[in-house]
Amino acid sequence: MRVAGKGLIDRACPVAFHFDGRAYEGFAGDTLASALLANGVRMVARSFKYHRPRGVMTAGSEEPNALVTLGLGAAQEPNLRATTVELHEGLWARSQNRWPTLGFDLLAANDLLAPFLGAGFYYKTFMWPRAFWERVYEPVIRRAAGLGALSGEAAQDRYERAFAHCDLLVIGGGPAGLMAARAAAEAGADVILAEEDMRLGGRLLAESEEVGGVPAVEWVAEIASELAAMPNVRIMTRMAVTGAYDQGTYGALERLAPDVADRAHAPKGAFWRIVARRTVLAAGALERPVAFAGNDRPGVMMAGAVRAYLNRWGVAPGQSTVVFGNNDSAHRTVADLQKAGVHVAALVDSRHYARCDLDVAFYAGAQVCGTAGRRGLEAVTIATTKGEERIAADCLAVSGGWNPSVHLACHMGARPVWDADRLAFLPPEGAVPGQRAAGAAAGEFSTRACLESGLAEGLRVVAELGLKAPEISVPSAGDAAYDIFPLWQVPGKGRAWLDFQNDVTVKDVQLSARENFRSVEHMKRYTTQGMAPDQGKNSNVNALAVLADATGRGIPETGTTTFRPPYVPVPIAAMGAGAIGKGFAPERLTTSHDESVVRGAPMIEAGLWYRPSYFPRKGESHWRQSCDREVTMVRGCVGVCDVSTLGKIDIQGPDAARFLDFVYTNMFSTLREGRVRYGLMLREDGHVMDDGTCARLGERHYLMTTTTAAAGQVMRHLEFVAQVLRPGWDVRMVSVTEQWAQFAVAGPQARDLLNGLLDAPIDDAGFPFMACGPVRVGGVAGRLFRISFSGEHAYEIAVPARYGAALFRELVARAEAMGGGAYGMEALNVLRIEKGFITHAEIHGRVTAYDIGMQGMMSAKKDFVGKPAASRVGLMDPERERLVGLKPVGAVKELLPGAHLFDESAETVSANDQGYITSACYSPTLGHVIGQAFLRRGPERIGERVRMVDHLRGTETLCEVTGVVQYDADGGRLRG
Amino acid sequence: MVEVQAESPGKGRLPVTAGALRLSAAAPERMTSLAPYKGQAAALSGAMQAAHGMGWPKPGRMTGRKGARAMWFGREMALLIGPEPDPGLAAHAAIVDQSDAWAVLVLEGPEAAQVLARLCPLDLRDQVFKRGHVARTEVAHMAGAIARMGADNWRIMVFRSMTGTLIHEAETAMRRVAARRNSPV
Repeated sequence: MRVAGKGLIDRACPVAFHFDGRAYEGFAGDTLASALLANGVRMVARSFKYHRPRGVMTAGSEEPNALVTLGLGAAQEPNLRATTVELHEGLWARSQNRWPTLGFDLLAANDLLAPFLGAGFYYKTFMWPRAFWERVYEPVIRRAAGLGALSGEAAQDRYERAFAHCDLLVIGGGPAGLMAARAAAEAGADVILAEEDMRLGGRLLAESEEVGGVPAVEWVAEIASELAAMPNVRIMTRMAVTGAYDQGTYGALERLAPDVADRAHAPKGAFWRIVARRTVLAAGALERPVAFAGNDRPGVMMAGAVRAYLNRWGVAPGQSTVVFGNNDSAHRTVADLQKAGVHVAALVDSRHYARCDLDVAFYAGAQVCGTAGRRGLEAVTIATTKGEERIAADCLAVSGGWNPSVHLACHMGARPVWDADRLAFLPPEGAVPGQRAAGAAAGEFSTRACLESGLAEGLRVVAELGLKAPEISVPSAGDAAYDIFPLWQVPGKGRAWLDFQNDVTVKDVQLSARENFRSVEHMKRYTTQGMAPDQGKNSNVNALAVLADATGRGIPETGTTTFRPPYVPVPIAAMGAGAIGKGFAPERLTTSHDESVVRGAPMIEAGLWYRPSYFPRKGESHWRQSCDREVTMVRGCVGVCDVSTLGKIDIQGPDAARFLDFVYTNMFSTLREGRVRYGLMLREDGHVMDDGTCARLGERHYLMTTTTAAAGQVMRHLEFVAQVLRPGWDVRMVSVTEQWAQFAVAGPQARDLLNGLLDAPIDDAGFPFMACGPVRVGGVAGRLFRISFSGEHAYEIAVPARYGAALFRELVARAEAMGGGAYGMEALNVLRIEKGFITHAEIHGRVTAYDIGMQGMMSAKKDFVGKPAASRVGLMDPERERLVGLKPVGAVKELLPGAHLFDESAETVSANDQGYITSACYSPTLGHVIGQAFLRRGPERIGERVRMVDHLRGTETLCEVTGVVQYDADGGRLRG
Repeated sequence: MVEVQAESPGKGRLPVTAGALRLSAAAPERMTSLAPYKGQAAALSGAMQAAHGMGWPKPGRMTGRKGARAMWFGREMALLIGPEPDPGLAAHAAIVDQSDAWAVLVLEGPEAAQVLARLCPLDLRDQVFKRGHVARTEVAHMAGAIARMGADNWRIMVFRSMTGTLIHEAETAMRRVAARRNSPV
């Protein structure tokens, strides 16, 4: 219930919300947890395994119990901690892991079976029969135990990714973080202050104390507004730093304020990568519970959380509270509650030497050993030297001490260091370069010490950055000693919880030790302690203390498990933000793209490029009809095809010719100016890398073309050769792929089509096969190459890309007027298979020049990349699988790429494999299916028959081996 | 004689605005890559100075002024932006027309740097990346270039074929930045 006059909530601003279908009201400034507590809702969840009633336990992101689901449908988001959900108008939250309802959960029967469901029970229980594990046991167990569920629908992409850079990243906006930020900011450093909460202040918001002679909250507001006014400070609230990585890089998850996230086009959150020269880790500390029987009942809370709900949100979690602790903060809790008029039934202090001036029933040297209540706490049992005593209470505030938040100091492999005085693990120094801890994260547990340590670390950063230290003094603040006495577990009967989120008890850890899972890492896997979304924030230290006790070792010898990012759960949608739909990969569109789409061409992906598959015409209902027509059109008339996606590399310099001699297997220094030559390129391992044409534009000037697929690889290879293998040669290269739009014009009427367009017509004598030269089209300077990938009399015409769209439209319109038209990738493929030309289906990385019948192109007169490796034994072995053509001659008139070849009478098993088909198509020119294949001793077997078997598709046929070139073998057509 | 019309990259999709942010196509300019031959860097710089009024840019920098700039564009390469290259430069460098190879977009507005922070991992803070600075870098999972022309005026360059993707990515980021205006701290 609310306590009058307390809290930082705006009571003038009520907020309506729903939890499990019921309407409630809270105030602006509330979290879902504080609003539920204010409304007297104590049970908010069911536990993971035993489905026990659970209530809010903490007031921060470490919350293990109060996990809820927000949103519906694709927007459904499970496992949100009610303690970090900002209350906003219209919020609908649902509890999780219960059926049918939170109040009446049938799976609570698990709790009765608890004696059989201890750590590792399923390893032992569900051994037999073996097949049952996957089909029966696992699904049942998964159904019974769990947290929230995903919607199963595709996530709505409402996250974004962003980068930030600064001199100093301050992680945490509490007293230490504020002082560090202020010191660096006043010195002129560029500061990012990241705070997980929706407002700055850290623990100061949760306590009732003074800083600098004014209420702490006022001091925070003052320093926050000073920082906000400085141009070199960036305050990022709602920003949880989730991981520390190399080079001062940090990952961080930002949630936007609910009203901002609701705006049109606004993201819900952002995943940041922050690069900082220095970092101050001022992440504070997390209070740890004590393990005693029944410590998981709704109403049992952390003492610091009780103070937070009281002081920050004006909520008393109970009407009658018992406070239990092993340090002075328990006393502070009693004082705050009493001052606010909330009844405190008892203060139980496990320290035998403790004293108390407060007007409260005080039990020194006593411990809470049990609780009672059905769906919430009703009574607490305490063990004193005189025996057990039962006290009625609906809230139990517990403090087992504080664990510094060392996580981000340990993300690069180091383990935290045990401090026996403070009974706490402290951040290892220097474990993350450039990062230092301050405040409670460094084990400073008084406000004054936090302020001092924040300032000191801020000033050290200032000095390291070479800036002038500003004059800043530490304001007065509370400096009480942190007097703690060890208490991890209270012995006795009944289950005492360690890991509330994964339902792991003291007994489970002890069982683990008994069964010889004694290493902390083994214990973690055996019991699942620390494996829930909270990653053991509440339980790790207690669990390893219990393990240490059970194995007769000390805490430092037992050690911690590995700390790994993320510090808080990060939605995959946030890390992968943007990589969905159009954002998944860049799209490369040619200048003819729009026209191709207008013409109804289905676009297919070729790397990042999009290319037209075919251009359907009226009456064509199947792609084969369009493809056959386009092939026939090119063979009989003229066709136009966008080939701009082929890589184009401009190569110039005094050593350009010998550079090309070195990268190609064949000669280019002998190529005449104004001529084009086909070239073959090997990798250093002697296998074929790429092929293409290369034109000589001038004495020291060449233009290389590559395949679409290998454009990037070839460019990288050329740079490697120039920079590493032949650094002394004077050659310069640059990609011009995007500068030129280039179109193939192919077919018997290709020249007629071009001559209607070119400013000056060409003829065969002036422009023979493999010629190239400058041309003009409508006054635009272009380039013309007489080359052919179709086997027809053909050209490729290139113009600067800005003219590409217009030229393509013009070429296609003119081709259509002549009885031709545009052709796509399908027809292009048929044309080249008919002619025996290869693509990367053939030069797939495992073939040699010999395999594709191009050993004659490996010049004996010169050295070239790949030459030594290509001459290795075995790479010129006639037994190798070598390129041939195929045609089906059996009953089945089909060839399937990927299918394997066998001798006609051999058994079709892999030991008898003779090769495989790489490309196949129906040839409208020849009237039957044709293909290309790699076949053992292939060229020696022309005319023989082999069996094709596709084991995957269950197809088989008889084939005849043919030459690679199946159409116009003497090349008469392309010389035209 | 046939008439072939020029089309700008991003035709029909620019400009795009969101709040005070604006993404538009830069006025088309002649762009020429210059790559000096061995030992010719100084001579090239001199020739550039004489012919076009600007010297060879240091890595990550631009020289010259509006209408005639040289932009560092990678290892031993610069883009001459504006003028037709003087034929005399060819004695010292490989010269290649790149006017149509790159889409050049202008991003303007007081929060432009926040938009870029969503597209590019580089440190583009005022004190680090000043007017006249340029970087070849990742731009929204594409290889591109970013140049700072003024306090709130940037140029983003990607391959011409990827213009649509850049507009999509930049527009998304612009809308998100605009939607965040006046967020509570």
